[in-house]
Amino acid sequence: MTVPGVSPDYRLIDSTLRDGSHAISHQYYAEDVIKIVAGLDAAGVQVIEIAHGDGLGGSSFNYGFSAIDEKELIAKACQTTTQAEIACLMIPGIGLADDLREVRELGVSVARIAVHCTEADITEQHIKVAKDLGMEAIGFLMMAHMNSPEGLVEQATLLQSYGADTIYIADSAGAMTTDDVRRRVNALVKALDVPVGVHAHNNLAMAVSNSIAAYEEGAKNLDGTSAGLGAGAGNCPTEILAAVSDKYGISTGVNPLILMDVAEEIVRPLMPRQQVIDRAGLLLGYAGVYGSFLLHAQRAAERYAVPVADIILELGRRQVVGGQEDMIIDVALELARQHAQSELTDPDMETR
Amino acid sequence: MGLRCVIVGSGNIGTDLMIKMLRSESLDLLALVGIDPASDGLARARSLGVEASHEGPDWILDNAKKFDMVFDATSAYVHMRYFKKYAETGITAIDLTPAARGPKVIAAVNLSEHLDAPNINLVTCGGQATTPMVHAVRRAASAVPYAEMVSTVASKSAGPGTRQNIDEFTKTTSTALREIGGADTSKAIIILNPADPPIMMRNTVFAGLPKGTDHDAVLESIWAMEREVAAYVPGYRLKNPPVIEEGPYPTPGGVVPHRVVILLEVEGAGDYLPAYAGNLDIMTAAAMRVGEAVAEYRGVKS
Repeated sequence: MTVPGVSPDYRLIDSTLRDGSHAISHQYYAEDVIKIVAGLDAAGVQVIEIAHGDGLGGSSFNYGFSAIDEKELIAKACQTTTQAEIACLMIPGIGLADDLREVRELGVSVARIAVHCTEADITEQHIKVAKDLGMEAIGFLMMAHMNSPEGLVEQATLLQSYGADTIYIADSAGAMTTDDVRRRVNALVKALDVPVGVHAHNNLAMAVSNSIAAYEEGAKNLDGTSAGLGAGAGNCPTEILAAVSDKYGISTGVNPLILMDVAEEIVRPLMPRQQVIDRAGLLLGYAGVYGSFLLHAQRAAERYAVPVADIILELGRRQVVGGQEDMIIDVALELARQHAQSELTDPDMETR
Repeated sequence: MGLRCVIVGSGNIGTDLMIKMLRSESLDLLALVGIDPASDGLARARSLGVEASHEGPDWILDNAKKFDMVFDATSAYVHMRYFKKYAETGITAIDLTPAARGPKVIAAVNLSEHLDAPNINLVTCGGQATTPMVHAVRRAASAVPYAEMVSTVASKSAGPGTRQNIDEFTKTTSTALREIGGADTSKAIIILNPADPPIMMRNTVFAGLPKGTDHDAVLESIWAMEREVAAYVPGYRLKNPPVIEEGPYPTPGGVVPHRVVILLEVEGAGDYLPAYAGNLDIMTAAAMRVGEAVAEYRGVKS
């Protein structure tokens, strides 16, 4: 809750308009952006992130095409906000440094440079461009459950050396327990000179408790999305995080009641399905598979008549990382072939 | 006698290329040049009876009369500093970096177009793997309004050059999908995967198919292209049969009713690099193909 004269205990970054877009297959329109930004801004949210779900330049066959050019939507967000900073996420290999230059012109002041949690050295170019443009650069290590606390410290130290102002770890698969989060955040806070942040997903129903645990270990930035809208089983719901923070006596600088209104009246009506932890969502967290694979896996399962659970488990076995959505089709085709072969060689079939 | 060749860059790619070139009848490898006297590549050269220098590209310029062709396996940065000097001394450069100074050549598509150029650029590993497939679709369809490639390589096989200039990779590759593959619009994506054991190089091509496309002809052309590339990259294969999926898809090149999905795998030949490093193998294989084509063009009998 906002207490005049008291600075918040952590900074809240809302990603409804970026990570949330996975859940609506990147079909945001200008009026949605204006309403969501106005609501979050009025609630006191400090940073609002907007882009294609896979970051700037993500509109593609592989990740799904945006309904409206993200640059148009970003411009609308920048025009609508009164106090919140506007952030964009970009993943090197998908987006370009040129995208950062363009959105800087539109008024974006925070660049989140996202990378798989073992590949930090591909971000040097982009972090430096963001800094040269006068933006805050946040290094964002995805799928952090796939690396140890020590390994993450090594990667985060690289990001810091390139000039990152803040370092995030993202539980992109919603696969971490509270203990997993505590050990990682604790190690990062001890080792780094810059603030740490955590981006949680709700596949194991732990997004809020993991976020609070991250705060207790020293994280100074937390992510959420309105109504938990997001990839897979969804994100840490911003309004619940704010309400729970109040209960803990953690000062957030945001008004949970306004956030509840935004979730209920603006975001829920946009959602094709409410954000529940169904079997597929839970399996993603259980198998440690990137949340944004969910809708693509469901489509491939339907098209090639194979169980979605089998696709998700096989992707987990293959240790795929964020961005490898093309492997969903690969796995579905192979499962369909195995299925056809096993029917042919099924001994029961021969005796019939 | 074959063309007198020198390889600059004694890292993984240069060393692998050396081993391939020693088997060539039209390319005579005279030297491998690096900058680190202790490099494994230079030691390997010496053990194979190839002259090894650690004095870098300047050594080649000092000995310019000895060479007809230089294969540059350094970095885009080094190539940009030296490409003019090679041209001035009359040495033809085959550029394996993404510097993109000379015309781009994809061995399976436009091999014969630039054989007289003083500098030939080989685009990127992902470009060598996927541009032929975009071309395969294009030759069977009235147009390819939009093509996209996704390249996933094992982290262990992505060197510092790729890592520091990842935008160069995607931009150069995307350009090749249009200029050489024949797509109207394009996008390239690269993903690094750290899985252990390392994954083989994977490339996926998506191409939008306009209304009225003969789908069987597209699929047949793709299978034919697999054979055309495999003729010089033995580990190049379709991991699954190509599939045509129904949209519509609102691509940057306009709405298309269908797309074709082409799932490729490249297994390296294991000459110097491990088999998973198909991304590096396809570059050295393409360099050999182009180098030998230049030799043939110049009338070298093999």
